[in-house]
Amino acid sequence: MSAPATDQGPLAADPGSALGRAFPTNWAVRIASIVFLAYVVYAAQTLDLRWERFVQGLGNGAKFLGRMFPPNFAADKLVLLRDGMLESMQIAVIATIIGIALALPLGLLGARNLVPKPIAWVARGLIILCRTYHPIIVAILFVKAVGFGALAGVLALIVATMGFIGKLFAEAIEEISMKPIEALRAAGSPFMSVVFMGVLPQVMARFIGFAAYQLDSNLRNSTFVGIVGGGGIGATLFTAFQRFDYDFVLTIILAIIALVLLGEVFSGFMRRLYQ
Amino acid sequence: MSTAVAAPGTLKIRNLVKEYRTGQPVLTGITLDLDQGGITAIIGPSGTGKSTLIRCINRLVDPTSGEMLFDGLDLAKLSGTPLRQARRRIGMVFQEYNLVERLSVIENVLCGRLGYIPAWRAWLRRFPEADVQKAFDLIASVGLDGFATRRADQLSGGQRQRVGIARALMQEPAMILADEPTSSLDPKTSVEVMELFDEIAERRGIPVIINIHNVGLAKRYARRIIGMSRGQVIYDGPPTGLGDAHLKEIYGGEGVVE
Repeated sequence: MSAPATDQGPLAADPGSALGRAFPTNWAVRIASIVFLAYVVYAAQTLDLRWERFVQGLGNGAKFLGRMFPPNFAADKLVLLRDGMLESMQIAVIATIIGIALALPLGLLGARNLVPKPIAWVARGLIILCRTYHPIIVAILFVKAVGFGALAGVLALIVATMGFIGKLFAEAIEEISMKPIEALRAAGSPFMSVVFMGVLPQVMARFIGFAAYQLDSNLRNSTFVGIVGGGGIGATLFTAFQRFDYDFVLTIILAIIALVLLGEVFSGFMRRLYQ
Repeated sequence: MSTAVAAPGTLKIRNLVKEYRTGQPVLTGITLDLDQGGITAIIGPSGTGKSTLIRCINRLVDPTSGEMLFDGLDLAKLSGTPLRQARRRIGMVFQEYNLVERLSVIENVLCGRLGYIPAWRAWLRRFPEADVQKAFDLIASVGLDGFATRRADQLSGGQRQRVGIARALMQEPAMILADEPTSSLDPKTSVEVMELFDEIAERRGIPVIINIHNVGLAKRYARRIIGMSRGQVIYDGPPTGLGDAHLKEIYGGEGVVE
C-alpha cells in the first residue's frame, strides 16, 4: 500500500493497531471478491451486454406490449384457449397422481433409517436422476421419444414429480421418531405393517402438503411443456407467438395466471383439510 | 380383569456377551434362568447393561455371543420370519412408551396384533372383530375406559404407559419385558403402573422382567431381584435377601443406603 501510513488505512487496518488486531484483514476473501467481480465484468463483455442495447430493447418491449392490448376474446380464440387449458389441467392432474404413486415407494426405499443402505442408495440415485434435468429438457427428450402431444408432457411431469416428492418423502421418513418403530418391530410386525402403522401416520400430514404443492407446481409446469411440443396451453401459446397474435398471447397469459391462482387456492384448501 | 392364563414362557440365558465395540463388553457372559412367574426386577447403576440385556432378549440388540433359549428355541440364532414369530410371544414396555403419537389409543393397542395379521389388514384397519373386542377389553382393564378413540398425544405419561402395557398384552405374550417403565413417571403413577404389572404377573400368569432404578419399588413388587454391575450379575435372589452390603456392591459406594 503506497498510501501514507495512518493508524486506520482505508483498505487494511494497521495490523499493529487495536482495530487491526480486532478485525484482521482476510486477504483470501478480499482476493476472491475481486476475482469474482472481474469475472462478472468479463462475462458481460463476452455476451455483449451493454446499456445501449437494453435501452433500445425497452422501446421494442413497449411496442410489443402495445400490440398485446386489448386482449383478444374472439369466439374462435376462446375455443382454442379452452381446449388448451383443459389439456394442460389434465396433464397436470394425471402427472401428479401417477407421479406420486411412483414416488411413494421410491421415497420409502430411499429412507436410510428403514431400508438397507445399498437399496437406499439405488433409490436415492434414481431420485437424483429424476431431479438432474429441468422438466423442459425432460419434455424435449420425451417429445423425441414418444412424439408430439400430451403424452410427452405427462411423462415429463411424472419424472419431475417422482424426483421432487420422492426426495421430500425420503427425507420426511428419515426424520421420524424411531421409538414407535422399535416397539412395532418388538411386537413381531412385518415390514409393511410397520410402514402402515408406524411410519405413515408420522409423515402423512407433511406428505399431503408436498402433494398439494406438487399439484400446484405441475399446473404451472403443464403450461410450458407445450412450448417444446408436450401438449396443452403451451402449444397454443407458442403458435400464437409465431403468428404474431400478440393480443391472443395476452389472453392466454391472463388465463394461465388465473389457473395458477386457482391451483394455489386449491392446494391451500387441501392442506387445511388434512391438517 | 379376565384371568385367561397363557402358558408362561421360560428363558434360559447362557454366557450372553454383548460388545458394542470390540474388546469392551457391556455384558460379560450373563447366565440366568428366567423360569418362574411373577415380577423379576433387574436393578443396577446406569450404563451397567440392564437395558442391553433386556433388548438382547427380543433382539432389538443383537448379542455378540451366547444362547437365549426361549421355551427351547435359541433366540440368538433367529432371523426373518422365525424371529418375528418369536417376538410376537414377548411383549415389551418402554421407558418412553414408544406409542405412535398420531394414532388413537385403540390403534396403538391393536399394534400388538401386527405380528398376527397381514399388512393389508393393518393398512385398511380391517382388524379381526375378536381382536378389536379384545383391544376394547384391555383398554378398560388398564383403566382407560372411554379413551379408545382419543389420540395418543393427548394423554398424560401415566395414561400413555397404560396404553403401552395394553399393547404388550394384546400380543398374548408368554413373557413381558419392561425397560425402565416407571423412570419417566412421577412416584404415584409409578406405583400405579407397578400395581398393573403385579396384576399381570399374578392374575394373568405372565412373567414380567423389569429393569428398574427404584430399589424400593423393586423390593416391594418383585418376587426375585437380579442386581447387576459392570455387565455382571452380582445378586440373584428374593427381595428379602437383598441387604445393604449387596446394594453397596451393586451401586458402588456408601451413598445408596439410607
